[in-house]
Amino acid sequence: MGPEDLELKKAEAEAMFRRIGITFAVYGEGGDTERLIPFDLVPRLFTSYEWSRLERGVKQRAEALNCFLRDVYHRAEIVRAGRIPAELVFRNAAFEPSVVGFNPPEGVFSHIVGIDLVRTSADEFFVLEDNCRTPSGVSYMLENREIMMRMFPDLFRTMRVAPVEDYPDQLRRTLASVAPQKCTGDPNIVVLTPGSMNSAYYEHSFLADQMGVELVEGQDLFVEGDLLFMRTTRGPQRVDVIYRRIDDPFLDPLHFRPDSMLGIPGLMNVYLTGGVSICSAPGAGVADDKAIYTYVPDMIRFYLGEEPILKNVPTWRCGIPEDLKYVLAHLPELVVKEVHGSGGYGMLVGPASTKEQIAAYAERIKANPAEFIAQPTLSLSTCPTFVDQGLAPRHVDLRPYCLVGKQVTLVPGGLTRVALREGSLVVNSSQGGGVKDTWVIAD
Amino acid sequence: MLSRTAENLFWVTRYMERAETMARLLEVGYRIALMPSTGEGNRSDWESIIAASGDEGAFAEAHGVADEKSVEHYLMFDSENPSSIASCIARARDNARIVRTAVTSEVWDALNSTFQEFKQLRPGNLPELCDWTKKRAASVRGSIESTQLQHDGYDFMNLGYYLERADNTARLLDVKYYVLLPTTQRVGGSVDNYQWITLLRSLSALRSFHWTYGGDYSPNKIAHFLILNKTNPRSLLHCVEEASYHLNRLARAYGQSTRAQTQANARLARLAEARVDDVIADGLHEFLGEFIAENAILGQSVADGYLFGSN
Repeated sequence: MGPEDLELKKAEAEAMFRRIGITFAVYGEGGDTERLIPFDLVPRLFTSYEWSRLERGVKQRAEALNCFLRDVYHRAEIVRAGRIPAELVFRNAAFEPSVVGFNPPEGVFSHIVGIDLVRTSADEFFVLEDNCRTPSGVSYMLENREIMMRMFPDLFRTMRVAPVEDYPDQLRRTLASVAPQKCTGDPNIVVLTPGSMNSAYYEHSFLADQMGVELVEGQDLFVEGDLLFMRTTRGPQRVDVIYRRIDDPFLDPLHFRPDSMLGIPGLMNVYLTGGVSICSAPGAGVADDKAIYTYVPDMIRFYLGEEPILKNVPTWRCGIPEDLKYVLAHLPELVVKEVHGSGGYGMLVGPASTKEQIAAYAERIKANPAEFIAQPTLSLSTCPTFVDQGLAPRHVDLRPYCLVGKQVTLVPGGLTRVALREGSLVVNSSQGGGVKDTWVIAD
Repeated sequence: MLSRTAENLFWVTRYMERAETMARLLEVGYRIALMPSTGEGNRSDWESIIAASGDEGAFAEAHGVADEKSVEHYLMFDSENPSSIASCIARARDNARIVRTAVTSEVWDALNSTFQEFKQLRPGNLPELCDWTKKRAASVRGSIESTQLQHDGYDFMNLGYYLERADNTARLLDVKYYVLLPTTQRVGGSVDNYQWITLLRSLSALRSFHWTYGGDYSPNKIAHFLILNKTNPRSLLHCVEEASYHLNRLARAYGQSTRAQTQANARLARLAEARVDDVIADGLHEFLGEFIAENAILGQSVADGYLFGSN
C-alpha cells in the first residue's frame, strides 16, 4: 500500500472518528473543546509469546498493589517491616483515614489497574507508572480496533489478531463480582461520571453503553438510610456497584470537599456500612503516586514472595539528599516529574530543554525536593508510524488494563500511545500525542 | 430509566422539532416576501415572522429593522438567540451527548452529523438552508423511528415531538390570523389567499389540504385542517392524540398513571368534541392562546410526573 493509499485511509479513519464522536476535551483553550486524538494506522505488534510474559508481569503488579492497599489500611506490615517509609504512606494526600480497617468486597481496592510500559529492547520492558484509580483510554483501545477492522478486514483475516472486544463484558463481570454484602439478587451497576464537560466523558458513556448499565451523575443518586438509590422515571432504584470516574475529593461533599457539586451526600457512609461498592475504592490512590512507585518491586517481593517480572525505571527521589545531589548535577540527561503530576504536565525532559529551562526547573526542585522524582531517558524502542513524510519511527508506550475482582484478567492488547513529533518522548494526548491499535498475534 | 435521561430525550426531540419550525417560518417569510407588494401590510412581512418566532423584543434589540438578511441571521445562525436553528441543533445534540447511552448510534450519528454539517453552512440561500434543516430533522426523526427501542425512552421522545409541534402549529396559525393579516385587508382577498396557501405550504400540507377539501381556501376549512383534522400530522388534534397515546403507553408500562395522563386524556376528549365554527365564532386567537397555555401545563405535568429535574 503506497503513501497515497495510506493518506486516503487516514482521512477515512478520521471521518469515522468524528462521526462516531470519539473526542477528548482540552481545557482552557477556548473555542471547540472537542478534539480528535490523532490516530495512527500502523498497528503495534506483539507475538503471543511476548505478550504472555507481559501479561504475567502486569497481573503480578496489579495483585501486589492490591495487597499493598489492603495492608496499609489494616496492619501496615510493610511499613512495620521497614520496607516503605511511613510518611510516604500516611502523609500521602491520597491516603484515606476513614477506610482504615475497612474490608471492601473480595479485598479489592483497585479494580482497574492501568500499567504504563515502555520497551527498551527485544525483551526488556520498564514500567513508567501505575494507575490504580481511574485509568482512562480503554475506549480508544476498543474503538481503534473497531476502526482497524473496518478499514483493513483482509489483514484481520490473515493475521489472527487476538480479540479485545470482550473487555466491557469482563469489566462488567469484575464489577458484579465485588457487589456489597447488602446486595440481594443481580447487582445494579452504574458508571459515575462528572458529566459531559469532562475530558473523558466519551469514554464514560462508551463503557456504560458497552456494559449495558446506566451512566449517572451525582445528581442522579441519593442516599436514604444506609442505601444508595438512583432517580428514575418510576421512582427510586437501588444501586449496588459504582464504577466511579470522579476523584475521591468529589465523591461525597459531607465527607470530602463540601463545595463539590459532583458527588452524593452521604455516599461514604453507605460505602463503609456495606451498602454499595465503589470501584476503585476511595483511598486507592495511595498506591499509584510516583513516590510509592519506586517501592512496587519491593511490594512484589514482600507480599507475593516473587521476583518482579517487569522492571521499574531506575528512579531518584529528590527527597533523599544523595539522590537530590545526583539529580541536580545531571539534569540535562534526566527526565524529572512531579510526584503528584499527571498527563505529562509540569515535567522536565532534560535532553530536550534549554539551559534556562533547566536552571529554572532546578530552582523548583530545590524549593520542594520531596515533590520530584527523576529518571534516566531510556533508549526507548520506536514503532513505524505514518507521518507527513511517510512511515517513520516514533516513540511509543503501552497501557494494558488489568481487571481485579474475584478473578484477575487482562485482554490481549492495550492502548499504544505514540509521540508524533520526531524525537519526542511525550506521548500524552494533552501534549500532542496520538494513538494506535495494539495487536497480539496468535502463534 | 433515569429521570435525567428521560428529560434529555424529551428535549432532544423538542429542539429538533423547534429547529424544523424555525425553518418553516423562514420559508413562509421568504415566500410571502416574493409576492408583489399589494398593500401596506406586506412591508412588515419579516416583522411578522419575528413575531411568530416569539422573540420580537430580543430581535429589535439586536437588529432593529427586520429584513431577509437580518431575519435569516437571527433565526438560522444567531447562537445568542436560544430559538435559532443553530441553538436548537446544538442543544439537541448536547442533550443527546449527555445521554449517549440512551440513543442508538444511528440517532447519535444523525444528530451529530447535523451539528457538524451545520458548521459548514453559510448564509445567502434561504430556501436551500430551510430545505437542509427539514431534511436533517427528517433524518433524525427517521432514525429514531427505525432504530430506537420502543420503550419508555421512545415515549418521552415522542412527547417532546408532539408537545413542541402542537405549540408550533398553534403559534403559526395564530400568526396568520392575528399578525400576518393586516386589519385593512379584506378577509378572503387575493393577498389573504396567498398567505393561507403559504402557511399550508410551510406546514408541508398544501397537497394534503387539496386531497381533503379540494381547492377551497376558506378560513374555516383551513382552521379545521390545522386544528381538528386528525389525519393531518401537524394538526392540534393529532398532536394531542399522540401525546395522550404515549402518556397512556407510559402509564401501562409503569403500572401507574400520573396527572399528565389525566390531563392529556381530558384535553383530547374536549378537542375531539370541538366544532370549528364554534372555535371561530368564539375567537380563534383566544382559542389558540388557551391551547398554548394548556400545552405548557401538560409539559410541566410530564416533568413533575416523571421527576425531571427532581434533584
